[in-house]
Amino acid sequence: MPIHDQGYRRYGGTRAGIGRSWQVMTRAGVMSIISKRQFLALMLFAWAPFVVRAVQIYVSATFQQASFLAPKGDTFREFLDQQGAFVFFVTIYVGAGLIANDRRANALQLYLSKPMTSAEYIAGKLAILFLFLVSVTFLPAMMLLLTQAIFAGSLTFVRNNLYLLPAITLFSLAQVLLASTTMLALSSLSKSSRFVAVMYAGLFFFTTALFNALRGITGKTSFAWLSPTAALEQLGDVIFRLPPRYQVPPSIAGLTVLVLIAASIYVLSRRVRGVEIVT
Amino acid sequence: MTHTGEGQAHPLDAPRFAGPVVQCQNLSVRYGKNLALKDVTAVFPAGAVGLLGPNGAGKSTLLKSLLGFIVPEKGTMKVIDMDVATSPLEIRERIGYMPESDSHIPGMNAVSFVAYCAQLSGLPATDAMQRAHEVLYYVGLGEARYRNIETYSTGMKQRIKLAQAIVHDPDLLFLDEPTNGMDPKGRDEMLELIHDLAHNKNVNLILSSHLLPDVEFTCDHVVVMDKGTVATYGPIKALKGTTGRVYEMRIKGDEAQFISVLRGEGFDVKDSDEDVMRVFVPGAAGDNPKVLFELAARERVQVRHVRPSVPTLEDVFARAVGEK
Repeated sequence: MPIHDQGYRRYGGTRAGIGRSWQVMTRAGVMSIISKRQFLALMLFAWAPFVVRAVQIYVSATFQQASFLAPKGDTFREFLDQQGAFVFFVTIYVGAGLIANDRRANALQLYLSKPMTSAEYIAGKLAILFLFLVSVTFLPAMMLLLTQAIFAGSLTFVRNNLYLLPAITLFSLAQVLLASTTMLALSSLSKSSRFVAVMYAGLFFFTTALFNALRGITGKTSFAWLSPTAALEQLGDVIFRLPPRYQVPPSIAGLTVLVLIAASIYVLSRRVRGVEIVT
Repeated sequence: MTHTGEGQAHPLDAPRFAGPVVQCQNLSVRYGKNLALKDVTAVFPAGAVGLLGPNGAGKSTLLKSLLGFIVPEKGTMKVIDMDVATSPLEIRERIGYMPESDSHIPGMNAVSFVAYCAQLSGLPATDAMQRAHEVLYYVGLGEARYRNIETYSTGMKQRIKLAQAIVHDPDLLFLDEPTNGMDPKGRDEMLELIHDLAHNKNVNLILSSHLLPDVEFTCDHVVVMDKGTVATYGPIKALKGTTGRVYEMRIKGDEAQFISVLRGEGFDVKDSDEDVMRVFVPGAAGDNPKVLFELAARERVQVRHVRPSVPTLEDVFARAVGEK
C-alpha cells in the first residue's frame, strides 16, 4: 500500500477565530526559551538583586539596629536601574534571533500565509520579549513592594509612597518597550542573530560613549538625549520624583525614547513582509 | 473551543468549494520599473489547475498576489469567492501554501513544526498535534517526524512544506514548484501525492511549475503564462484536442528553409534536437498529412518520416507561447 494511503482525513473540528495566531506564536516562543538551561541560569541571576533587597527589607524590619537599611522611595528606582543590566542581557538572549532566525529560514512567508497579519506577527514576537523583560523589571519591583508590606506587617510604607505603583509601572514599561521594540527592529534587519546582538550592543555602547565624550568635551550633560540609556535614566528620575541627573529637559528625554520606539515600529512594518521585493 | 475527535471528521468526498477558486480581472503587478503581471484576466476552476510557464513568466508573482503578499498596481482578485483586497485573512484561513524556496520554522522537529502551523491556522492544540502525525505519515515522513527539520534532505524539506500546507485541511492549495530539487524517485512520489490530493482527497489546487510533465500528470486544467500575461487557459484535454493534429516529421533537404515555409503556411513547428520536427497542422486539414507532402514536393525536400503524434501539453504550451 502506498504510504500516502495511510491517512489524510478531512477536518471537521472547530477553528479559533482570526486574530489569535499571535498568542500561539507567543506561547511557542516562551516555551522554547524557557526550555534552555542557559536562560534559566540568566533568570536566576536576574532575580538575585531581588533576593538581596528582600533580605535588606527583612533585616531592616526585624532588627531595630538595622533600620537605616529600611527602603525609601528611591530604593525602587535604584533597583530598576540595577535591573537595566539584566534587561540588556535578556534582550540580547531572547530577542536577537526572534525575527532574524525566521528570516534565515524563510519562515516569514509561512507565517504570513496563515490567517495572520504582519502586525499580529510583530505582536506575537514582541510579546515574547515583553513578557521576559517584565519578569526582570516590573515583576520583581512589585514583589519587592509586596515583600516590604509583608515584612513590615502594615501598608503604611505603600500608602505613604503611593506614587510608587504608577512609577514602577510606567518606568518598567518605558524600559521594556524601548528595549523590545529596538531589538525586534534590529532583528528584522538581518538573518544572523549574532550580528543583531552585536548591532544592539553597539547601538547602546556607542551612543553612551558618544554622550560621555561630549560631556567630557563640553562639561555639560545636555547631550544626554543622544544616548537612549541616558534618556531613559533622565525619564526615570522624573517618574520617581527625583532630581533629574542630566541637564537635558525631561520632555526631550521622553521624546528620544518615543522617537526610538516609533522608528523601530516603522522599521518592523517595512521589514515584516511575506515577500522580499528587490527592484 | 471544543476538541474534535476522529468520529467528527468530514468524509473525504464531502463537498468543498466548487465554483471557480480564483478569478483575476485586469491584474497588473509592478516591481519598480518592471511590470511582472500585465493585465492578467483568468479564471481557475475547481479541481487541479496547472499554472505553467517558463521562469520569469509571473507564476510566483501571481500566487503571491493571491496570498496578499503583493499589492497589485491595478485589477481585482477573488479567491474562493472572496476579495483578496478586503478579506485576506479569511482567504488564508482556507488555503494552504507550499512556497518554492526552502522554508521552515527554526529549532523545531517535524511534528512540532506541522502542529504549530496547524495551530497558526486556528486548529486547537490537540487536534493540531493529531493531524500533524497523520499528515506526516501521509507525505511519507512518519519515521522521521521527530527529527529536527534542519537535518532534512531537500526532498524531505519539500514533503514537510506540503505537510504544513495541508495540515489544516484547506479548500485550496497553492503549490509553487513542488518538485524543485528532488531526485527522480522523490519527484514521482511527490507528484503521486499531489495527484492523490486532487483526485482522491478532493482538494482544489493550483500547481505552479515550469515542468510540463508535472502539470500534465497532476492537473486537469492549465493556465499558461508567458512574460507576465496569460497565453492560454482551459482544460488540458480540450487544449490538446483542438482541431488539428501534430505530426512528427523528418526530412532530407534544407530543413531551415522548409520550416520557414511551414510557418509561412500557418503551421506551428517545433524543431527537436534529433532531426525530428513536430508540426502542428491546424483545422480540418490536420486530419490528413497530404498537405505536408505537397509542401515537401513543392520545396523539393524528401520526406523520410511522417507519423501522427499524440498532442502533448508541450505542444499546447509551444503553440500558446508561439502565438504570442
